[in-house]
Amino acid sequence: MELGIYSFGDVQRDPATRKLGSTAEATRNLLEAIKLADEVGLDYFGIGEHHTYEMPASAAPVILAAAASVTKTIRLGSAVSVISTDDPVRIFQQFATVSALSNGRAEITAGRGSSTESFPLFGYSLNDYDELYAEKLDLLLAVNAAERVTWSGKFRPALDDALVVPRPDSGSLPIWLGTGGNPQSSVRAALLGLPISYAIIGGQAARFAPLAELYRRAAQQVQLPGASVKVSVASPGFVGDDAKAAKDMWYGHWYEIMATVGKIRGFVPPSRAHFEHEANGGGALFVGGPEEIAERIVALHRSLGHMRQFFQMDVGQVPQKDFLHAIELLGTRVKPLVDAELAANPSKPEVGND
Amino acid sequence: MTSTISTVGILGAGRVGMALARQALKAGYDVKIATAKPPTEIALMVDLLAPGATSVSADTAARDSDVVILALPLGKYRTLHPENFAGQIVIDAMNYWAPTDGTIAEFEDEASSSEVVQRFLPDARVVRSLSHIGYHELEEQALPPGDPERQALALAGNDAEARRLVAGFIDRLGYDPFDAGELAAARNFDGGTPIFGGRMRLDEMRRLLGEAPLVGEAAE
Ligand SMILES: NC(=O)c1ccc[n+]([C@@H]2O[C@H](COP(=O)([O-])OP(=O)(O)OC[C@H]3O[C@@H](n4cnc5c(N)ncnc54)[C@H](OP(=O)(O)O)[C@@H]3O)[C@@H](O)[C@H]2O)c1
Repeated sequence: MELGIYSFGDVQRDPATRKLGSTAEATRNLLEAIKLADEVGLDYFGIGEHHTYEMPASAAPVILAAAASVTKTIRLGSAVSVISTDDPVRIFQQFATVSALSNGRAEITAGRGSSTESFPLFGYSLNDYDELYAEKLDLLLAVNAAERVTWSGKFRPALDDALVVPRPDSGSLPIWLGTGGNPQSSVRAALLGLPISYAIIGGQAARFAPLAELYRRAAQQVQLPGASVKVSVASPGFVGDDAKAAKDMWYGHWYEIMATVGKIRGFVPPSRAHFEHEANGGGALFVGGPEEIAERIVALHRSLGHMRQFFQMDVGQVPQKDFLHAIELLGTRVKPLVDAELAANPSKPEVGND
Repeated sequence: MTSTISTVGILGAGRVGMALARQALKAGYDVKIATAKPPTEIALMVDLLAPGATSVSADTAARDSDVVILALPLGKYRTLHPENFAGQIVIDAMNYWAPTDGTIAEFEDEASSSEVVQRFLPDARVVRSLSHIGYHELEEQALPPGDPERQALALAGNDAEARRLVAGFIDRLGYDPFDAGELAAARNFDGGTPIFGGRMRLDEMRRLLGEAPLVGEAAE
Protein backbone atom coordinates (compact mmCIF):
# COMPACT_ATOMS: atom_id res chain seq x y z
CA MET A 1 0.00 0.00 0.00
CA GLU A 2 1.23 3.49 -0.84
CA LEU A 3 1.61 6.16 1.83
CA GLY A 4 2.13 9.85 1.39
CA ILE A 5 1.55 13.44 2.41
CA TYR A 6 -0.51 16.33 1.21
CA SER A 7 -0.27 19.97 2.12
CA PHE A 8 -1.80 23.35 1.38
CA GLY A 9 1.58 24.95 2.04
CA ASP A 10 0.74 26.40 5.46
CA VAL A 11 2.81 29.33 6.68
CA GLN A 12 4.74 29.24 9.96
CA ARG A 13 3.93 31.19 13.12
CA ASP A 14 6.56 32.71 15.38
CA PRO A 15 5.90 31.14 18.81
CA ALA A 16 7.16 34.23 20.65
CA THR A 17 5.50 37.04 18.72
CA ARG A 18 2.57 34.96 17.33
CA LYS A 19 3.23 36.64 13.96
CA LEU A 20 2.69 34.65 10.79
CA GLY A 21 5.74 33.82 8.68
CA SER A 22 6.08 34.75 5.04
CA THR A 23 4.37 32.96 2.17
CA ALA A 24 7.73 32.73 0.35
CA GLU A 25 9.20 30.86 3.32
CA ALA A 26 6.18 28.53 3.31
CA THR A 27 6.81 27.75 -0.35
CA ARG A 28 10.44 26.83 0.31
CA ASN A 29 9.39 24.74 3.32
CA LEU A 30 7.06 22.75 1.11
CA LEU A 31 9.89 21.87 -1.27
CA GLU A 32 12.01 20.77 1.69
CA ALA A 33 9.18 18.53 2.89
CA ILE A 34 8.72 16.87 -0.51
CA LYS A 35 12.45 16.18 -0.76
CA LEU A 36 12.45 14.52 2.66
CA ALA A 37 9.32 12.50 1.89
CA ASP A 38 11.13 11.07 -1.13
CA GLU A 39 14.26 10.29 0.89
CA VAL A 40 12.35 8.38 3.59
CA GLY A 41 10.58 6.23 1.00
CA LEU A 42 7.11 7.72 0.88
CA ASP A 43 5.18 7.12 -2.32
CA TYR A 44 3.20 10.28 -2.92
CA PHE A 45 3.13 14.01 -2.22
CA GLY A 46 0.11 16.12 -3.15
CA ILE A 47 -0.30 19.88 -3.05
CA GLY A 48 -3.80 21.23 -2.59
CA GLU A 49 -4.52 24.47 -4.43
CA HIS A 50 -5.37 27.27 -1.99
CA HIS A 51 -5.32 31.02 -2.19
CA THR A 52 -5.18 32.34 1.38
CA TYR A 53 -2.31 33.90 3.34
CA GLU A 54 -2.31 31.00 5.81
CA MET A 55 -2.37 28.46 2.96
CA PRO A 56 -0.58 30.01 -0.02
CA ALA A 57 0.02 26.94 -2.26
CA SER A 58 -1.72 28.49 -5.27
CA ALA A 59 0.71 27.28 -7.96
CA ALA A 60 1.19 23.58 -7.24
CA PRO A 61 2.77 22.52 -10.55
CA VAL A 62 5.55 25.10 -10.18
CA ILE A 63 6.54 23.66 -6.80
CA LEU A 64 6.18 20.13 -8.14
CA ALA A 65 8.47 20.95 -11.06
CA ALA A 66 11.13 22.09 -8.61
CA ALA A 67 10.50 18.92 -6.61
CA ALA A 68 10.85 16.79 -9.74
CA SER A 69 14.50 17.76 -10.01
CA VAL A 70 15.40 16.99 -6.37
CA THR A 71 13.47 13.72 -5.90
CA LYS A 72 13.82 10.23 -7.35
CA THR A 73 10.79 8.00 -6.90
CA ILE A 74 7.99 9.85 -5.12
CA ARG A 75 4.87 10.57 -7.20
CA LEU A 76 3.95 14.24 -7.42
CA GLY A 77 0.37 15.39 -7.63
CA SER A 78 -2.30 17.91 -6.81
CA ALA A 79 -4.70 17.35 -3.91
CA VAL A 80 -6.72 18.89 -5.42
CA SER A 81 -6.54 21.14 -8.49
CA VAL A 82 -9.61 23.39 -8.40
CA ILE A 83 -10.42 22.77 -12.05
CA SER A 84 -13.65 24.81 -12.02
CA THR A 85 -11.71 28.08 -12.02
CA ASP A 86 -8.71 27.23 -14.18
CA ASP A 87 -8.10 26.51 -17.82
CA PRO A 88 -7.94 22.72 -18.24
CA VAL A 89 -5.60 23.05 -21.23
CA ARG A 90 -3.16 24.97 -19.05
CA ILE A 91 -3.53 22.56 -16.13
CA PHE A 92 -2.75 19.67 -18.43
CA GLN A 93 0.27 21.42 -19.98
CA GLN A 94 1.74 22.25 -16.59
CA PHE A 95 1.34 18.75 -15.17
CA ALA A 96 2.53 17.19 -18.43
CA THR A 97 5.63 19.34 -18.02
CA VAL A 98 6.11 18.05 -14.47
CA SER A 99 5.62 14.55 -15.84
CA ALA A 100 8.37 15.06 -18.41
CA LEU A 101 10.75 16.51 -15.83
CA SER A 102 10.07 13.71 -13.34
CA ASN A 103 10.06 10.84 -15.81
CA GLY A 104 6.37 10.14 -15.47
CA ARG A 105 5.73 10.80 -11.77
CA ALA A 106 3.08 13.53 -12.14
CA GLU A 107 -0.63 13.09 -11.39
CA ILE A 108 -3.67 15.36 -11.24
CA THR A 109 -6.54 15.10 -8.79
CA ALA A 110 -9.43 17.10 -10.15
CA GLY A 111 -11.83 18.56 -7.61
CA ARG A 112 -14.24 21.33 -6.84
CA GLY A 113 -12.26 22.49 -3.85
CA SER A 114 -14.13 23.17 -0.63
CA SER A 115 -12.88 26.72 -0.30
CA THR A 116 -13.96 29.03 -3.03
CA GLU A 117 -11.44 31.91 -3.01
CA SER A 118 -10.43 31.07 -6.57
CA PHE A 119 -13.86 32.04 -7.96
CA PRO A 120 -13.60 35.82 -7.48
CA LEU A 121 -9.83 35.68 -8.00
CA PHE A 122 -10.16 34.36 -11.54
CA GLY A 123 -13.47 36.01 -12.37
CA TYR A 124 -15.86 33.06 -12.12
CA SER A 125 -19.31 33.04 -10.57
CA LEU A 126 -20.30 30.65 -7.80
CA ASN A 127 -23.70 30.47 -9.43
CA ASP A 128 -22.04 28.34 -12.14
CA TYR A 129 -20.42 26.01 -9.56
CA ASP A 130 -21.84 22.73 -10.90
CA GLU A 131 -21.78 23.63 -14.59
CA LEU A 132 -18.21 24.89 -14.50
CA TYR A 133 -16.99 21.74 -12.81
CA ALA A 134 -18.68 19.42 -15.32
CA GLU A 135 -17.47 21.35 -18.35
CA LYS A 136 -13.88 21.82 -17.19
CA LEU A 137 -13.58 18.17 -16.26
CA ASP A 138 -14.85 17.20 -19.68
CA LEU A 139 -12.21 19.34 -21.38
CA LEU A 140 -9.43 18.15 -19.08
CA LEU A 141 -10.22 14.54 -19.96
CA ALA A 142 -10.38 15.42 -23.66
CA VAL A 143 -6.90 16.99 -23.72
CA ASN A 144 -5.56 14.09 -21.67
CA ALA A 145 -6.94 11.56 -24.13
CA ALA A 146 -5.35 12.91 -27.32
CA GLU A 147 -2.76 15.49 -28.35
CA ARG A 148 -5.09 17.01 -30.97
CA VAL A 149 -8.34 18.22 -29.51
CA THR A 150 -11.62 19.29 -31.04
CA TRP A 151 -14.00 20.46 -28.36
CA SER A 152 -16.66 23.04 -27.62
CA GLY A 153 -18.37 24.25 -24.45
CA LYS A 154 -20.05 27.19 -22.81
CA PHE A 155 -17.31 28.86 -20.77
CA ARG A 156 -14.50 29.20 -23.33
CA PRO A 157 -14.04 29.39 -27.08
CA ALA A 158 -14.11 26.08 -28.98
CA LEU A 159 -10.96 24.17 -29.91
CA ASP A 160 -10.61 22.93 -33.47
CA ASP A 161 -7.94 20.26 -33.89
CA ALA A 162 -5.75 22.17 -31.43
CA LEU A 163 -2.35 20.69 -30.53
CA VAL A 164 -1.79 20.35 -26.77
CA VAL A 165 1.82 19.61 -25.77
CA PRO A 166 4.05 18.44 -24.16
CA ARG A 167 2.78 14.89 -23.87
CA PRO A 168 3.78 12.57 -21.03
CA ASP A 169 5.94 9.60 -22.12
CA SER A 170 3.03 7.27 -21.49
CA GLY A 171 0.72 9.43 -23.61
CA SER A 172 -1.56 10.61 -20.82
CA LEU A 173 -1.52 11.63 -17.17
CA PRO A 174 -3.11 9.76 -14.28
CA ILE A 175 -6.17 11.85 -13.40
CA TRP A 176 -8.10 11.15 -10.20
CA LEU A 177 -11.49 12.46 -9.23
CA GLY A 178 -11.37 14.03 -5.77
CA THR A 179 -14.55 13.94 -3.66
CA GLY A 180 -15.68 14.60 -0.12
CA GLY A 181 -18.38 11.94 -0.04
CA ASN A 182 -21.20 13.08 -2.28
CA PRO A 183 -22.49 9.69 -3.53
CA GLN A 184 -23.09 10.95 -7.06
CA SER A 185 -19.40 11.75 -7.37
CA SER A 186 -18.51 8.10 -6.75
CA VAL A 187 -20.80 7.09 -9.59
CA ARG A 188 -19.49 9.90 -11.77
CA ALA A 189 -15.87 8.76 -11.32
CA ALA A 190 -16.79 5.25 -12.41
CA LEU A 191 -18.76 6.44 -15.42
CA LEU A 192 -15.83 8.64 -16.49
CA GLY A 193 -13.41 5.73 -16.03
CA LEU A 194 -11.38 7.55 -13.37
CA PRO A 195 -9.77 6.42 -10.12
CA ILE A 196 -11.31 8.06 -7.07
CA SER A 197 -9.74 9.93 -4.18
CA TYR A 198 -11.81 10.37 -1.00
CA ALA A 199 -11.13 13.26 1.35
CA ILE A 200 -12.09 11.82 4.74
CA ILE A 201 -11.62 14.71 7.10
CA GLY A 202 -14.02 14.05 9.96
CA GLY A 203 -16.28 11.49 11.59
CA GLN A 204 -15.67 7.75 11.33
CA ALA A 205 -13.44 6.90 8.36
CA ALA A 206 -15.07 3.56 7.54
CA ARG A 207 -18.34 5.27 6.63
CA PHE A 208 -16.71 5.71 3.20
CA ALA A 209 -16.60 1.92 2.69
CA PRO A 210 -20.11 1.76 1.15
CA LEU A 211 -19.15 4.65 -1.16
CA ALA A 212 -16.05 2.77 -2.35
CA GLU A 213 -18.27 -0.26 -2.87
CA LEU A 214 -20.68 1.91 -4.88
CA TYR A 215 -17.76 3.15 -6.98
CA ARG A 216 -16.54 -0.39 -7.65
CA ARG A 217 -20.00 -1.70 -8.48
CA ALA A 218 -20.66 1.18 -10.87
CA ALA A 219 -17.23 0.56 -12.46
CA GLN A 220 -18.17 -3.08 -12.91
CA GLN A 221 -21.43 -2.12 -14.60
CA VAL A 222 -19.63 -0.02 -17.19
CA GLN A 223 -16.93 -2.71 -17.49
CA LEU A 224 -14.11 -0.43 -16.51
CA PRO A 225 -10.76 -2.29 -16.80
CA GLY A 226 -9.52 -3.37 -13.35
CA ALA A 227 -6.35 -1.27 -13.61
CA SER A 228 -8.40 1.93 -13.78
CA VAL A 229 -10.42 1.10 -10.68
CA LYS A 230 -8.47 2.60 -7.80
CA VAL A 231 -9.35 4.16 -4.48
CA SER A 232 -7.15 6.51 -2.47
CA VAL A 233 -7.78 8.34 0.79
CA ALA A 234 -6.68 11.80 1.92
CA SER A 235 -7.06 12.45 5.63
CA PRO A 236 -5.69 14.73 8.32
CA GLY A 237 -2.95 13.06 10.34
CA PHE A 238 0.27 13.46 12.23
CA VAL A 239 2.86 11.05 13.62
CA GLY A 240 4.96 11.73 16.73
CA ASP A 241 7.32 9.57 18.77
CA ASP A 242 4.84 9.59 21.63
CA ALA A 243 1.13 9.17 20.90
CA LYS A 244 -0.15 11.40 23.67
CA ALA A 245 2.32 14.20 23.05
CA ALA A 246 1.50 14.09 19.34
CA LYS A 247 -2.23 14.41 20.01
CA ASP A 248 -1.74 17.19 22.56
CA MET A 249 0.46 19.17 20.23
CA TRP A 250 -1.51 18.62 17.02
CA TYR A 251 -4.90 19.37 18.59
CA GLY A 252 -3.96 23.03 19.03
CA HIS A 253 -3.10 23.40 15.35
CA TRP A 254 -6.17 21.55 14.17
CA TYR A 255 -8.35 23.65 16.47
CA GLU A 256 -6.82 26.76 14.93
CA ILE A 257 -7.91 25.77 11.44
CA MET A 258 -11.35 24.52 12.52
CA ALA A 259 -12.02 27.77 14.37
CA THR A 260 -11.01 29.80 11.31
CA VAL A 261 -13.26 27.80 9.00
CA GLY A 262 -16.02 27.81 11.61
CA LYS A 263 -15.96 31.57 11.78
CA ILE A 264 -16.48 31.79 8.02
CA ARG A 265 -19.15 29.11 7.85
CA GLY A 266 -20.92 29.90 11.10
CA PHE A 267 -20.31 26.65 13.02
CA VAL A 268 -19.01 26.15 16.53
CA PRO A 269 -15.39 24.89 16.67
CA PRO A 270 -15.01 21.31 17.92
CA SER A 271 -14.22 20.53 21.54
CA ARG A 272 -11.28 18.47 22.80
CA ALA A 273 -13.71 15.60 23.45
CA HIS A 274 -14.81 15.74 19.82
CA PHE A 275 -11.14 15.66 18.78
CA GLU A 276 -10.36 12.66 21.00
CA HIS A 277 -13.29 10.81 19.49
CA GLU A 278 -12.00 11.32 15.96
CA ALA A 279 -8.27 11.01 16.71
CA ASN A 280 -8.63 7.48 18.10
CA GLY A 281 -10.05 4.16 16.94
CA GLY A 282 -11.91 4.44 13.66
CA GLY A 283 -11.90 8.25 13.57
CA ALA A 284 -10.77 10.21 10.52
CA LEU A 285 -7.91 12.07 12.26
CA PHE A 286 -4.82 9.84 12.02
CA VAL A 287 -2.87 11.47 14.83
CA GLY A 288 -0.69 9.44 17.18
CA GLY A 289 2.39 7.26 17.53
CA PRO A 290 3.82 5.12 14.71
CA GLU A 291 2.39 1.74 15.83
CA GLU A 292 -1.06 3.17 16.44
CA ILE A 293 -1.18 4.95 13.09
CA ALA A 294 0.02 1.83 11.25
CA GLU A 295 -2.74 -0.20 12.92
CA ARG A 296 -5.39 2.35 12.09
CA ILE A 297 -4.31 2.55 8.43
CA VAL A 298 -4.48 -1.24 8.15
CA ALA A 299 -7.88 -1.31 9.89
CA LEU A 300 -9.25 1.17 7.36
CA HIS A 301 -7.71 -0.86 4.54
CA ARG A 302 -9.68 -3.88 5.70
CA SER A 303 -12.94 -2.08 4.99
CA LEU A 304 -12.02 0.29 2.15
CA GLY A 305 -9.34 -1.56 0.16
CA HIS A 306 -7.66 1.71 -0.79
CA MET A 307 -4.31 1.51 -2.57
CA ARG A 308 -2.95 4.77 -1.16
CA GLN A 309 -3.46 6.92 1.91
CA PHE A 310 -1.92 10.32 2.39
CA PHE A 311 -2.00 12.73 5.28
CA GLN A 312 -2.33 16.45 5.81
CA MET A 313 0.06 17.07 8.70
CA ASP A 314 0.97 20.73 8.58
CA VAL A 315 -2.42 22.25 9.36
CA GLY A 316 -2.71 25.46 11.37
CA GLN A 317 0.99 26.39 11.44
CA VAL A 318 2.61 23.19 12.66
CA PRO A 319 6.32 24.08 13.08
CA GLN A 320 8.38 22.92 10.11
CA LYS A 321 10.72 20.82 12.25
CA ASP A 322 7.79 18.85 13.69
CA PHE A 323 6.29 18.44 10.22
CA LEU A 324 9.60 17.07 8.92
CA HIS A 325 9.94 14.69 11.85
CA ALA A 326 6.42 13.38 11.27
CA ILE A 327 7.22 12.78 7.59
CA GLU A 328 10.31 10.86 8.63
CA LEU A 329 8.32 8.70 11.08
CA LEU A 330 5.66 7.99 8.46
CA GLY A 331 8.31 6.77 6.03
CA THR A 332 10.70 4.97 8.36
CA ARG A 333 8.36 3.61 11.07
CA VAL A 334 4.75 3.52 9.87
CA LYS A 335 5.29 2.36 6.30
CA PRO A 336 7.34 -0.77 7.16
CA LEU A 337 4.71 -1.76 9.76
CA VAL A 338 1.85 -1.36 7.28
CA ASP A 339 3.75 -3.24 4.55
CA ALA A 340 4.61 -6.09 6.91
CA GLU A 341 1.07 -6.47 8.21
CA LEU A 342 -0.55 -6.39 4.77
CA ALA A 343 2.03 -8.88 3.43
CA ALA A 344 1.39 -11.26 6.32
CA ASN A 345 -2.40 -10.80 6.32
CA PRO A 346 -3.66 -9.40 3.04
CA SER A 347 -7.09 -7.74 3.10
CA LYS A 348 -9.84 -9.92 1.68
CA PRO A 349 -9.86 -9.74 -2.13
CA GLU A 350 -13.51 -8.69 -2.22
CA VAL A 351 -12.44 -5.45 -0.55
CA GLY A 352 -11.20 -3.76 -3.67
CA ASN A 353 -9.11 -5.14 -6.45
CA ASP A 354 -6.28 -2.68 -6.35
CA MET B 1 -54.44 14.80 7.09
CA THR B 2 -51.48 12.92 8.55
CA SER B 3 -51.92 11.97 12.17
CA THR B 4 -48.85 9.78 12.47
CA ILE B 5 -45.72 9.51 10.37
CA SER B 6 -44.88 6.20 8.80
CA THR B 7 -43.55 7.13 5.36
CA VAL B 8 -40.67 9.56 4.96
CA GLY B 9 -39.95 11.16 1.58
CA ILE B 10 -36.49 12.62 1.05
CA LEU B 11 -35.63 15.06 -1.74
CA GLY B 12 -31.89 14.95 -2.36
CA ALA B 13 -29.74 11.83 -2.40
CA GLY B 14 -26.51 13.54 -1.40
CA ARG B 15 -24.60 13.18 1.84
CA VAL B 16 -27.46 14.48 3.96
CA GLY B 17 -30.22 12.69 2.07
CA MET B 18 -28.49 9.31 2.31
CA ALA B 19 -27.59 9.70 5.98
CA LEU B 20 -31.20 10.64 6.79
CA ALA B 21 -32.50 7.72 4.74
CA ARG B 22 -30.38 5.22 6.70
CA GLN B 23 -31.26 6.74 10.03
CA ALA B 24 -35.00 6.75 9.24
CA LEU B 25 -34.85 3.13 8.05
CA LYS B 26 -33.10 2.17 11.27
CA ALA B 27 -35.93 3.83 13.18
CA GLY B 28 -38.47 1.69 11.30
CA TYR B 29 -39.88 4.16 8.78
CA ASP B 30 -40.65 3.48 5.13
CA VAL B 31 -38.31 5.67 3.14
CA LYS B 32 -38.67 7.09 -0.37
CA ILE B 33 -35.80 9.03 -1.85
CA ALA B 34 -35.53 11.16 -4.98
CA THR B 35 -33.37 13.61 -6.88
CA ALA B 36 -34.19 15.71 -9.92
CA LYS B 37 -33.15 12.72 -12.05
CA PRO B 38 -35.30 9.71 -12.96
CA PRO B 39 -35.38 7.08 -10.17
CA THR B 40 -33.57 4.46 -12.27
CA GLU B 41 -30.48 6.67 -12.27
CA ILE B 42 -30.14 6.62 -8.50
CA ALA B 43 -31.28 3.03 -7.91
CA LEU B 44 -27.80 1.47 -7.63
CA MET B 45 -26.69 4.22 -5.30
CA VAL B 46 -29.73 3.87 -3.07
CA ASP B 47 -29.53 0.06 -3.00
CA LEU B 48 -25.93 0.19 -1.82
CA LEU B 49 -26.00 3.19 0.47
CA ALA B 50 -29.48 3.01 1.97
CA PRO B 51 -30.66 -0.57 1.42
CA GLY B 52 -34.40 -0.79 2.05
CA ALA B 53 -35.22 2.69 0.78
CA THR B 54 -37.17 3.04 -2.48
CA SER B 55 -35.93 5.25 -5.34
CA VAL B 56 -38.83 7.30 -6.65
CA SER B 57 -39.46 10.46 -8.67
CA ALA B 58 -39.32 13.82 -6.94
CA ASP B 59 -43.10 14.18 -7.46
CA THR B 60 -43.81 10.86 -5.74
CA ALA B 61 -41.49 11.54 -2.83
CA ALA B 62 -43.21 14.86 -2.22
CA ARG B 63 -46.81 13.72 -2.67
CA ASP B 64 -46.94 10.19 -1.30
CA SER B 65 -45.16 10.59 2.04
CA ASP B 66 -46.31 11.59 5.52
CA VAL B 67 -43.37 13.93 5.87
CA VAL B 68 -41.08 15.34 3.19
CA ILE B 69 -37.48 16.30 3.97
CA LEU B 70 -35.74 18.88 1.79
CA ALA B 71 -32.08 17.85 1.51
CA LEU B 72 -31.14 19.44 -1.77
CA PRO B 73 -28.83 22.41 -2.29
CA LEU B 74 -30.79 25.49 -1.18
CA GLY B 75 -29.99 27.30 -4.45
CA LYS B 76 -32.24 24.77 -6.21
CA TYR B 77 -35.36 25.26 -4.11
CA ARG B 78 -37.19 26.94 -6.98
CA THR B 79 -37.12 23.69 -8.94
CA LEU B 80 -39.63 22.25 -6.42
CA HIS B 81 -43.28 22.13 -7.55
CA PRO B 82 -45.36 23.94 -4.90
CA GLU B 83 -48.55 22.06 -5.82
CA ASN B 84 -46.90 18.80 -4.67
CA PHE B 85 -46.55 20.13 -1.15
CA ALA B 86 -50.07 21.38 -0.41
CA GLY B 87 -50.94 20.33 3.15
CA GLN B 88 -47.69 18.34 3.49
CA ILE B 89 -45.41 18.45 6.49
CA VAL B 90 -42.05 19.56 5.11
CA ILE B 91 -38.80 19.46 7.09
CA ASP B 92 -36.41 22.01 5.64
CA ALA B 93 -32.83 20.91 6.36
CA MET B 94 -31.24 23.20 3.77
CA ASN B 95 -28.72 25.80 4.83
CA TYR B 96 -27.75 28.98 3.08
CA TRP B 97 -24.03 29.28 2.78
CA ALA B 98 -22.96 32.08 0.44
CA PRO B 99 -19.36 30.86 -0.09
CA THR B 100 -20.66 27.79 -1.97
CA ASP B 101 -24.21 28.68 -2.93
CA GLY B 102 -23.13 32.04 -4.28
CA THR B 103 -24.65 35.19 -2.84
CA ILE B 104 -28.43 35.02 -3.23
CA ALA B 105 -30.08 38.30 -2.33
CA GLU B 106 -33.36 36.87 -1.03
CA PHE B 107 -31.49 34.84 1.61
CA GLU B 108 -29.22 37.71 2.56
CA ASP B 109 -32.28 39.77 3.48
CA GLU B 110 -34.18 37.13 5.43
CA ALA B 111 -33.79 36.07 9.05
CA SER B 112 -33.99 32.37 8.20
CA SER B 113 -33.92 30.79 4.75
CA SER B 114 -36.86 28.61 5.79
CA GLU B 115 -39.15 31.63 5.69
CA VAL B 116 -38.28 32.06 2.00
CA VAL B 117 -38.97 28.36 1.46
CA GLN B 118 -42.30 28.61 3.31
CA ARG B 119 -43.33 31.54 1.09
CA PHE B 120 -42.44 29.53 -2.01
CA LEU B 121 -44.46 26.54 -0.72
CA PRO B 122 -47.38 28.54 0.73
CA ASP B 123 -49.62 25.54 1.43
CA ALA B 124 -46.91 23.38 2.99
CA ARG B 125 -46.48 23.11 6.76
CA VAL B 126 -42.76 23.90 6.85
CA VAL B 127 -40.71 22.94 9.89
CA ARG B 128 -37.07 23.88 10.02
CA SER B 129 -34.94 21.12 11.56
CA LEU B 130 -32.07 18.64 11.02
CA SER B 131 -30.10 21.62 9.71
CA HIS B 132 -27.72 22.34 12.59
CA ILE B 133 -26.10 18.90 12.80
CA GLY B 134 -23.44 17.54 10.39
CA TYR B 135 -24.59 14.73 8.14
CA HIS B 136 -22.31 12.07 9.58
CA GLU B 137 -22.87 13.14 13.15
CA LEU B 138 -26.57 12.51 12.64
CA GLU B 139 -25.79 8.81 12.30
CA GLU B 140 -22.85 8.58 14.66
CA GLN B 141 -24.36 10.40 17.62
CA ALA B 142 -27.90 9.11 17.80
CA LEU B 143 -28.78 7.68 21.24
CA PRO B 144 -31.83 6.02 22.79
CA PRO B 145 -34.30 8.08 24.86
CA GLY B 146 -33.18 8.64 28.41
CA ASP B 147 -29.46 8.30 27.69
CA PRO B 148 -27.77 11.05 29.73
CA GLU B 149 -25.57 11.97 26.76
CA ARG B 150 -28.42 12.23 24.28
CA GLN B 151 -28.23 15.39 22.16
CA ALA B 152 -31.03 17.78 21.30
CA LEU B 153 -32.16 18.95 17.87
CA ALA B 154 -34.13 22.15 17.51
CA LEU B 155 -37.18 22.62 15.34
CA ALA B 156 -39.35 25.60 14.40
CA GLY B 157 -42.48 26.02 12.31
CA ASN B 158 -45.77 27.90 12.19
CA ASP B 159 -48.03 24.82 12.38
CA ALA B 160 -48.17 23.41 15.92
CA GLU B 161 -49.45 20.00 14.85
CA ALA B 162 -46.66 19.69 12.28
CA ARG B 163 -44.11 20.60 14.95
CA ARG B 164 -45.54 17.94 17.27
CA LEU B 165 -45.27 15.25 14.60
CA VAL B 166 -41.76 16.29 13.57
CA ALA B 167 -40.76 16.23 17.25
CA GLY B 168 -41.87 12.60 17.44
CA PHE B 169 -39.90 11.82 14.28
CA ILE B 170 -36.73 13.40 15.69
CA ASP B 171 -37.13 11.45 18.90
CA ARG B 172 -37.26 8.20 16.95
CA LEU B 173 -34.15 9.21 14.96
CA GLY B 174 -32.25 9.31 18.25
CA TYR B 175 -32.42 12.90 19.48
CA ASP B 176 -34.37 14.94 22.01
CA PRO B 177 -36.53 17.41 20.07
CA PHE B 178 -36.55 21.02 21.22
CA ASP B 179 -39.56 22.98 20.03
CA ALA B 180 -38.31 26.53 19.42
CA GLY B 181 -41.72 27.80 18.30
CA GLU B 182 -42.62 29.79 15.18
CA LEU B 183 -40.62 29.47 11.97
CA ALA B 184 -38.95 32.85 12.50
CA ALA B 185 -37.29 31.37 15.61
CA ALA B 186 -35.16 29.20 13.30
CA ARG B 187 -32.69 32.08 13.18
CA ASN B 188 -31.81 31.15 16.76
CA PHE B 189 -30.26 27.85 15.65
CA ASP B 190 -29.02 28.74 12.15
CA GLY B 191 -25.41 29.39 11.12
CA GLY B 192 -23.53 31.77 13.42
CA THR B 193 -25.35 30.70 16.59
CA PRO B 194 -23.84 28.45 19.28
CA ILE B 195 -26.38 25.77 18.32
CA PHE B 196 -25.08 25.44 14.75
CA GLY B 197 -22.56 22.59 14.82
CA GLY B 198 -22.53 22.72 18.63
CA ARG B 199 -23.38 19.50 20.41
CA MET B 200 -25.64 19.91 23.40
CA ARG B 201 -28.19 18.14 25.53
CA LEU B 202 -31.77 19.27 25.86
CA ASP B 203 -31.19 21.07 29.17
CA GLU B 204 -28.29 23.00 27.68
CA MET B 205 -30.27 23.93 24.60
CA ARG B 206 -33.20 25.00 26.73
CA ARG B 207 -30.92 27.24 28.72
CA LEU B 208 -29.71 28.85 25.47
CA LEU B 209 -33.02 29.10 23.67
CA GLY B 210 -35.33 29.50 26.66
CA GLU B 211 -38.57 27.70 27.47
CA ALA B 212 -40.49 30.04 25.24
CA PRO B 213 -39.53 31.05 21.72
CA LEU B 214 -37.01 33.85 21.67
CA VAL B 215 -37.62 35.36 18.28
CA GLY B 216 -36.19 38.84 18.09
CA GLU B 217 -34.25 39.15 21.33
CA ALA B 218 -31.86 36.25 20.77
CA ALA B 219 -31.00 37.44 17.31
CA GLU B 220 -29.73 40.79 18.61
N1 LIG C 1 -23.40 18.62 4.76
C1 LIG C 1 -23.98 18.73 5.94
O1 LIG C 1 -23.45 18.24 6.96
C2 LIG C 1 -25.33 19.43 6.09
C3 LIG C 1 -25.97 19.45 7.34
C4 LIG C 1 -27.24 19.99 7.45
C5 LIG C 1 -27.84 20.52 6.32
N2 LIG C 1 -27.22 20.54 5.12
C6 LIG C 1 -27.94 21.06 3.94
O2 LIG C 1 -28.52 19.94 3.25
C7 LIG C 1 -28.57 20.18 1.85
C8 LIG C 1 -27.89 19.05 1.10
O3 LIG C 1 -26.51 19.00 1.46
P1 LIG C 1 -25.58 17.80 1.00
O4 LIG C 1 -24.29 17.96 1.71
O5 LIG C 1 -26.31 16.52 1.13
O6 LIG C 1 -25.42 18.14 -0.58
P2 LIG C 1 -25.06 17.13 -1.77
O7 LIG C 1 -24.28 15.99 -1.23
O8 LIG C 1 -24.53 17.98 -2.84
O9 LIG C 1 -26.48 16.53 -2.25
C9 LIG C 1 -27.51 17.27 -2.86
C10 LIG C 1 -28.57 16.32 -3.43
O10 LIG C 1 -29.71 17.05 -3.90
C11 LIG C 1 -30.10 16.56 -5.18
N3 LIG C 1 -30.84 17.56 -5.92
C12 LIG C 1 -30.38 18.62 -6.61
N4 LIG C 1 -31.40 19.30 -7.16
C13 LIG C 1 -32.53 18.64 -6.82
C14 LIG C 1 -33.93 18.85 -7.09
N5 LIG C 1 -34.33 19.89 -7.82
N6 LIG C 1 -34.82 17.99 -6.56
C15 LIG C 1 -34.43 16.96 -5.83
N7 LIG C 1 -33.13 16.70 -5.54
C16 LIG C 1 -32.20 17.53 -6.03
C17 LIG C 1 -28.78 16.19 -5.81
O11 LIG C 1 -28.95 15.27 -6.87
P3 LIG C 1 -29.06 15.69 -8.39
O12 LIG C 1 -28.21 16.90 -8.60
O13 LIG C 1 -28.61 14.49 -9.15
O14 LIG C 1 -30.53 15.97 -8.60
C18 LIG C 1 -28.08 15.51 -4.62
O15 LIG C 1 -28.54 14.20 -4.49
C19 LIG C 1 -27.91 21.54 1.62
O16 LIG C 1 -28.93 22.51 1.53
C20 LIG C 1 -27.12 21.76 2.90
O17 LIG C 1 -27.00 23.13 3.21
C21 LIG C 1 -25.97 19.99 4.99
